[in-house]
Amino acid sequence: MNFDYTEEQQMVRDSIARFVQDDYDWDTRRAIVDSDEGMSRQNWQTFAELGWLSIPFSEADGGFGGNIVDMSVVMEEMGKGLVVEPFFPTVVLFGGVVARAGDEAQRAEILESVIGGETLGAFAYVERQSRFAINDCKTTATANGDGYTLNGEKVVVFNGENADKLVVLARTSGGQFDEDGLSLFLVDANAEGVSKVCYPMMDAQRVANITFDNVQLGAGALLGTEGSALPVVNEVVSEALIALASEAIGIMGTLNAKTLEYTKTREQFGVAIGSFQALQHRMVDTMMAYEQAKSLLFKALCEYKIDPASAEATIHALKVLIDRNGKLIYGEAIQMHGGMGITDELDIGHYAKRLMMINATLGDGTFHRSKFIESTYAAA
Amino acid sequence: MDIALSAEDLAFRDEVRNFLDTEFDAEMQSHLKSRGSKGMVEWQQKLYAKGWVAPNWPVEHGGTGWTATQKYIWESERSLRGIPDVVPFGLVMVANVIMAFGTDEQKEYFLPRILKSEDWWCQGYSEPGSGSDLASLKTKAERDGDDYIINGAKIWTTYAQHADWIFCLVRTDNSGKKQEGITFILVDMKSEGIKVNPIIGIDNEHNLNEVEFNNVRVPAKNVVGEVGKGWTVAKALLAHERTGIAGVADIKRNMRLIKEAAASEVNGGQRLMDDPGFQQRMADIEVELMALEFTELRTLATMAAGGFPGPESSLLKIKGTELQQATQELRMEIAAYYQGVLPTDMDPEVLGHEFGSDARRAFMYGRAATIYGGSNEVQKNIISKYVLGLE
Repeated sequence: MNFDYTEEQQMVRDSIARFVQDDYDWDTRRAIVDSDEGMSRQNWQTFAELGWLSIPFSEADGGFGGNIVDMSVVMEEMGKGLVVEPFFPTVVLFGGVVARAGDEAQRAEILESVIGGETLGAFAYVERQSRFAINDCKTTATANGDGYTLNGEKVVVFNGENADKLVVLARTSGGQFDEDGLSLFLVDANAEGVSKVCYPMMDAQRVANITFDNVQLGAGALLGTEGSALPVVNEVVSEALIALASEAIGIMGTLNAKTLEYTKTREQFGVAIGSFQALQHRMVDTMMAYEQAKSLLFKALCEYKIDPASAEATIHALKVLIDRNGKLIYGEAIQMHGGMGITDELDIGHYAKRLMMINATLGDGTFHRSKFIESTYAAA
Repeated sequence: MDIALSAEDLAFRDEVRNFLDTEFDAEMQSHLKSRGSKGMVEWQQKLYAKGWVAPNWPVEHGGTGWTATQKYIWESERSLRGIPDVVPFGLVMVANVIMAFGTDEQKEYFLPRILKSEDWWCQGYSEPGSGSDLASLKTKAERDGDDYIINGAKIWTTYAQHADWIFCLVRTDNSGKKQEGITFILVDMKSEGIKVNPIIGIDNEHNLNEVEFNNVRVPAKNVVGEVGKGWTVAKALLAHERTGIAGVADIKRNMRLIKEAAASEVNGGQRLMDDPGFQQRMADIEVELMALEFTELRTLATMAAGGFPGPESSLLKIKGTELQQATQELRMEIAAYYQGVLPTDMDPEVLGHEFGSDARRAFMYGRAATIYGGSNEVQKNIISKYVLGLE
């Protein structure tokens, strides 16, 4: 039993931390967020050169062959630096689907250029009506002889504004809510019939609502087996939930550290506000909230490493705790920073908003509590 | 980052299971129920015979030399069977103090006796009026030749009515700061001048006591550590106490009892287990519990690697006791009207219910958990000062 990171993982951690420290100070980040694309292509190339984009992919696919813990380390450090470049949508979601569902040719074509930093990707799975139910899918792909015709709309597609390639979840058979009959398709973002409306989110993500109007896809666009996409998507979602929880841990730790530091220096009534017991006990609560969430992340990582399926209940629990404890932590961080806490200028609010979006991604705490109950108590 | 059990660990688990299933038999279980402290001594002596009574002691004093994983396996298997943990006052508390601060003579005399459960120990820290402000203690020890004469009183002394020895913090000097001038001393409960007054608890049981000292003569060689340095000794002990106090395995057992009960209780034709509101209450506790288990494992792993437990360990007492109480509360709710049943020995057939009285006793006794060992509010003061660095 050990909860240590390997030397290699420590090196990756250090290299991201160094990047954030040297090249991603708050003013630089703000300028990137305010830029046309809302991300830095130059940074993305740096990520490629430093090997971060290759981490989850197998060596056969040209990747680093990292496991879930390697992925977690990257996401945690990205969280600490509040990095806006689309690592999660491109590598974890888009790359995750292609790596799992793609055949050798598709993986060779796509993953190599993701790893090299040439392709930005997005996974289009949310619809207006679907909330967190991934099986609730009205977008259709109809076989048309030598390929498919894609029709429908996906919303809040992460990295939808900048993605070159999309993986789209579409229904090839069955009714709106059926778990069977879902398929995955590789679609060029600028293919004929694809149109999008782009908008920014409060956490600086650039997303899009993307409409598919009789988009013609070749047979080679199908990823995996027709009609059997959901199990693959669920695998990607499990990994993505751990990745998001890791990012959240990075953010929660940073918020706590910044708040603690602030209460030691901010003076009111002639003393540092950190000398007030009313605040001290609440900071103990936020410290405990962070450590507890981190412990549950460790449990998820250890179980997932042994067998991803065995981690199911823990991953639901993790999302519940990240949601619950995240709210406590960002709420207290804002409150204890007083007036400054509610300004756009201070970074605290930005960390809070990213944490809120993490909570709202792939199921919030309430959703996952229901899932936890379903997976834990159904048989009892 | 790895929790996979090795082949040795699996073999160890089999050995533990085998031992517990054989030794914690029906006879042992009934002795524990009916014979009180004597039943407990009987069980601890079985553990001693196997060499497993002191998992946290160093091997040279009779400890097991178990790894963190083995300790975890042991705890899990023990609590799974509803086997109570050893009484901590001797085997955990005073033993650690004697090992760290005691003289060779004290070690040679006391440690083997503790290991064999020949002496029953109790703890004399709190005093009437001193509460969580431990350092305000007033029980006085005055030097008289080779002895000290102790006068004063200790309170909330669990199991003092069974005890052979009490370890006490006493005041040997009044001149300096209140933390100075405190001395850690071992007192034979058979000494003349000791009087034990029972305190009936909120659980209607007699576990707690007040212990009076009227001119009790104690040899000076019973002082552990330096005279006047008792506060340092006590703090070291508290650190030890906190790491073992989460009681995750026991909370897991409570959770199992809750599920069993919720599956048999029916409300308007629906099992409580299937009530969405009740399921959410269970899930909220269980999510925290899963996390706490790994907080405890993180602490174990750090300590096994020879490190001093980090910030994660300081929350074990607070979170552990909160969750313990949350599970006790839930079990009370399941019992509905029967949560109030006072007799502990009524025939369930006559009463119409199995566990109401047990749930009540556990809940009521459990109120102490957030108060003893430094109340949870005091724990937060300690964490904010020593972990967060807030003054």
